[in-house]
Amino acid sequence: MIYLGIDTSNSPLSIALAKDDTILIEETSNLKINHSLTAMPAVEELMAKAKVSPAQLTHIAVAEGPGSYTGVRIGLTIAKTLAWSLKIPLHMVSSLKVLAANGQSFNGLICPLMDARRGTAFMGAYDGESLESLIPDQHSDVREFLLQLKETGRPVLFVGTDIELHKEAIKEILGSQAVFAALQNRLPRASNLIMLAKQSAEQDVHHAVPEYRRITEAEANYNKAQGGGES
Amino acid sequence: MGIETSCDETAASVIKNGTEIISNVVASQIESHKRFGGVVPEIASRHHVEQITLVIEEALQQVDMAPAELSAVAVTEGPGLVGALLIGVNAAKAFAFAHQLPIIGVHHIAGHIYANRLAQEMEFPLLALVISGGHTELVYMKEHGHFEVIGETRDDAAGEAYDKVARTLNLPYPGGPHIDRLAHESINPVDFPRVWLEEGTYDFSFSGLKSSVLNFMHNSAQRGEQVKPEDVAAGFQNSVVEVVTSKTLRAAEQFKVRQVIAAGGVAANKGLRASLEREFAEKGVPFFIPPLKLCTDNAAMIAAAGTVMFEKGIRGNMAMNGRPGMEMDSWI
Ligand SMILES: [Zn+2]
Repeated sequence: MIYLGIDTSNSPLSIALAKDDTILIEETSNLKINHSLTAMPAVEELMAKAKVSPAQLTHIAVAEGPGSYTGVRIGLTIAKTLAWSLKIPLHMVSSLKVLAANGQSFNGLICPLMDARRGTAFMGAYDGESLESLIPDQHSDVREFLLQLKETGRPVLFVGTDIELHKEAIKEILGSQAVFAALQNRLPRASNLIMLAKQSAEQDVHHAVPEYRRITEAEANYNKAQGGGES
Repeated sequence: MGIETSCDETAASVIKNGTEIISNVVASQIESHKRFGGVVPEIASRHHVEQITLVIEEALQQVDMAPAELSAVAVTEGPGLVGALLIGVNAAKAFAFAHQLPIIGVHHIAGHIYANRLAQEMEFPLLALVISGGHTELVYMKEHGHFEVIGETRDDAAGEAYDKVARTLNLPYPGGPHIDRLAHESINPVDFPRVWLEEGTYDFSFSGLKSSVLNFMHNSAQRGEQVKPEDVAAGFQNSVVEVVTSKTLRAAEQFKVRQVIAAGGVAANKGLRASLEREFAEKGVPFFIPPLKLCTDNAAMIAAAGTVMFEKGIRGNMAMNGRPGMEMDSWI
């Protein structure tokens, strides 16, 4: 069994190959270069280094979002096209869960966070031991979400490259309940993605689409004009 | 194989020897953009992700061979909506990588021009009028793979102007076919100005004409006059047709071309088509418009252009990106 894992859901890029239970190779970068330029060359290069041909791949794992709309689309397009072309299973894992896996074994909750501007972020809460989702992934006002975390009364580990942007609010609301992941543990890692993918169900490739967790602005405006809410 | 996702059509096609269409699949998104009165880029990108593998699969199902036996994968590299281009480019790269096929990035306008080759062989020197929702260009070609843009729009594309005028007449999106239809019902077309720009130029401008139409509607409403939509539609269309026909004719004469071709969605406009056909017949210059299915965005045209690039030894690689502002370079 050879898994290829691809995470392009935010500005970092992470690609990994795993054979059975061994991570063969992994590349994680945070250079803020367009994923469209770098993702496929990285796949090509890592597979060449690991001497794995496309036909040898048995599973594709991809981070499904939320995150940057363009980023998740690039990852998903590559992943579903590879899986469909090679006639192998596709597995999708929440991009926030991939981040949460960086803190696995934490005694408390893990809160992965990706900034989404104007005081909002994509956030979720996971059990530190089992990585079970406790508060669903969502696009939320950061302060409102932090209040929900406070109510649990449990320690919360924050993970992600964007937590620095919200550090003040986190400290203010959660005080000593808040723990921040070490700098080297804030980037998503495709090796974690692969491990999580192994526990996930196979997807219908043609109908695989990103989990945006947010409707488009045009739709929101349209709904408002129709007198409806932002649903 | 060709793949095209530069705007609101997700398309894939397989062609043989650059001229013979084996499959030509187009999934249009017009229905989802209608309620917004135009293409919403983010929604277009979302639809492309939903459709891309289905469309490629359908294109391949009509081919009696394994994907690995294809010669190459050609994909629209630009110009177009960046988020939309990225889907086609990345799908094409993944597909090419999976089957270890060469990949070629094609200029969308070159695709429109090469759509002609799927209907009849091209003869050089050649003049191409590419006219659609996104472009209005006159391209001169000395030979295969040589492109010289001798005229282009300085503001709106012709199709954009059609959509905007249609909106003021309360016609549904996309407006082109409705204006074309209405125009034929008019007995007394409004006389709108012809925008020629400075003498000798082959460039176009449609925003001034569009403003004239808007002003006319506004002034009539203020005076409480009833305007007949068909007269406005006909007046607008007459102005577009006269300027486009005249500039195309003049360019064909100056460059002494042996063939003139029109391409792009607006080339299917009956009024424009009739005018161009009549004028070129009079001048005795061979003039062609490919069938409607090949005029609007499709992937067979991308494969057709890609085949000529392939024969010229041009290859892309896994670092290929969508290029929204891609220039039209010759293939040397
Ligand atoms: Zn086009």
